[in-house]
Amino acid sequence: MFEVFVFATLNGLVTGLLLFMLASGLTLIFSMMGVLNFAHASFYMLGAYFAYTLSAYLGFWGGLLFAPLIVGCIGAAVERYGLRRVHQSGHVAELVFTFGLAFLIEEAVQFFWGRDTKNYQSPELFDFALFTLFGQEFSAYRGFMIAIACLIFGALYFVLTRSRVGIIIQASISHPQTVANLGHNVPLIFMCVFGVGTALAGVAGVIAGPVLTTFPGMATVLGSIVFVVVVIGGLGSLPGALIASLLVGLLQSYAIAADVGMPELLHLLGLSFDSSHPLNDLWTLNLPQIAPVLPYLLLVLVLIFKPTGLMGNREQ
Amino acid sequence: MTLILGLRRPQSKHHQSTRHQSKHHQSTPHLNSARAAAGQSLTRRASLSIGALACALSFSAATAQEPIRLGFMDPLSGTFASVGTSGLNVLEFAADYFYNSKGGILGGRMIEIVPLDNKQSPTETQLQFRRAVSEELRIIFQGNSSAVANTLNQTIAKHNRRNAGQEVLQINYAAVDPILTNEECSFWHFRFDAHAVMKLDVLTDFIAMNDELSSVYIIGQDYSFGQVVADNTIRLLGEKRPDIEIVGNEFHPIGQVKDFTPYVTKIASSGADAVVTGNFGADMVSLARSIIDSGLDVPIYTFYAAYDGITATLGADGKDRIRLIHTDRANPLASDERRDFYRAFKAKHPDSDITQSRLANALMMVVQAMEQSQSTDPYDIAVQLEDMRFTSIAGDELWMRGEDHQLFQPLYISKQTDEGIEFDADNSGFGLLTEYEVGTSETITEHSCRMRRPRR
Repeated sequence: MFEVFVFATLNGLVTGLLLFMLASGLTLIFSMMGVLNFAHASFYMLGAYFAYTLSAYLGFWGGLLFAPLIVGCIGAAVERYGLRRVHQSGHVAELVFTFGLAFLIEEAVQFFWGRDTKNYQSPELFDFALFTLFGQEFSAYRGFMIAIACLIFGALYFVLTRSRVGIIIQASISHPQTVANLGHNVPLIFMCVFGVGTALAGVAGVIAGPVLTTFPGMATVLGSIVFVVVVIGGLGSLPGALIASLLVGLLQSYAIAADVGMPELLHLLGLSFDSSHPLNDLWTLNLPQIAPVLPYLLLVLVLIFKPTGLMGNREQ
Repeated sequence: MTLILGLRRPQSKHHQSTRHQSKHHQSTPHLNSARAAAGQSLTRRASLSIGALACALSFSAATAQEPIRLGFMDPLSGTFASVGTSGLNVLEFAADYFYNSKGGILGGRMIEIVPLDNKQSPTETQLQFRRAVSEELRIIFQGNSSAVANTLNQTIAKHNRRNAGQEVLQINYAAVDPILTNEECSFWHFRFDAHAVMKLDVLTDFIAMNDELSSVYIIGQDYSFGQVVADNTIRLLGEKRPDIEIVGNEFHPIGQVKDFTPYVTKIASSGADAVVTGNFGADMVSLARSIIDSGLDVPIYTFYAAYDGITATLGADGKDRIRLIHTDRANPLASDERRDFYRAFKAKHPDSDITQSRLANALMMVVQAMEQSQSTDPYDIAVQLEDMRFTSIAGDELWMRGEDHQLFQPLYISKQTDEGIEFDADNSGFGLLTEYEVGTSETITEHSCRMRRPRR
């Protein structure tokens, strides 16, 4: 039981930190532009596909370096030539724009790369077990994923709170006019933030591609859960995004590992139902089965009891 | 996503309009291009009249030799798009290769395959079925997801009861939930794949032969097929090898799991010697990847762990570890006819494989039924298909049982390897090598179908 717990924690950590890489960019973009970028997970997918193609020529590390750059440039271009124009028509138009963009990117990926799963592999450098615990291996690549995610959080947090750039960014979130009056190019800052946000999603794609497989549905699978994370953490809050990512990752991982459910609960209460009961499906439900819905349940609870999210302070 | 959007109060109201607008967006390009085309042709009056003439000529020719249109309903977009698309490739190619390039069927009529994208959702299936009816498609090939096949089966049964003379025939080439040819059997449904229990019977025979196994972990997608696999593996292994312990029976939501490592952790800690799964598509490849990445060295007994990028992605890691129960022999191929078909397909689709050659079998049997009855009416075809015996191009003897519309064919268990592979998968050098095979007559099982036959 203890070994399952240890590994469930590690797995939850990996999933959570991966979610964080996506959520950090999304929450950053939201706090700047006040718009949820529905295409965010699509940039994650683009990152994986670009890295897959680049890795054939430049190896994994070339992909890790250049794929996020390309994705970031595409993101910046989307902001500069798409979102900025649409912005004049209000938030709804922006929302629809990113919604449409998500479909467009998915179709484009299927058009250029095909619908099959892509054989995108982790580098041979990491083809060893970082450590073996209770006879189970924890691959070095997963350790690498954790390291990258921590690095990103550290760097982002430092830049946003300790550096001059961060001060300007934070200022242009709350007082864009004042910042502009001080001589800063606010639209350029917005473009850069969007570019960096999408590049972060790209990084997540590059390093998740080999583990979670690279296929055209990968954006859809991760898309909705990232929004859940951002909302639970509080829209616009970076520490909130980290906490919520880990919370969602661990919650799912523990729920899968825990072999308990309604039968055990009923047994404790001294109740039993025969299998012909009309609600038989309900009485035999167990935790692993509902694990993927738990984050959504958490979302509902957070919204009821703390509508701004765990760390959010944004006024609605 | 609807849920999340609803949170932000200012935007929640607009969400409905968001949807409408995005749909609207999709339709405008067509309008524009139509207008543009119209404008162009107006400027070229001369070519217009020639075009009209050519149009009229080809139209009169078309009415004489109207193509036979067959619907192909499977996911062509979304998470499971790769499975549907590769099926469509095979069916379209088979129609061209066997019939259209040889002058068509029924005295020169061509076969046209009409793709219907149901996104593997039962709701979308209903919509696409309406579309098929309005486009007068009378024969629908469908395979992926038993949930979808069940929906289509019921929809067709209802439609055919109410619209005599407008019946639709369901050619099921891959949905393997046993109820389709048992409790829920229908005169309008024919299954060309072996159903899950038939396959599991052979698969558990094979597992039972491995004396080194003492425990098995079952994991599958949480829907009808996944549950059939789990229940019957437990039952059949219990009969054949009571000493093998079932150390896990796990369900996960279909197409929703990002990372299978938490599940693999449970598999590893259960100490299982083997894994049995009915997963397909992305769920299959992610599961196998996670098992391999965790350093768990156990055989994986599967239904669908090959082609569509899966073989290439698993590559050397899957060698001698991935085993499949399937209906289509891959290596060694038995006949030159089958080899030629494969090579011709590869010449046209170098990046694709013949993933489901039973689609070709199904098409050929349907065409034979059309030729025998000299009709394209679903009722006539159904009557001909019943108890049809057919030799496939691979040399397999096929029999369509008339009582329940279940096809019987040889079943194979193959492993992923790069040795002795004549036709590989995903151009990876790795492919399937048959280890065990069971003849048609040995796969025949009992059924509980009480078919209601329409009166004519």
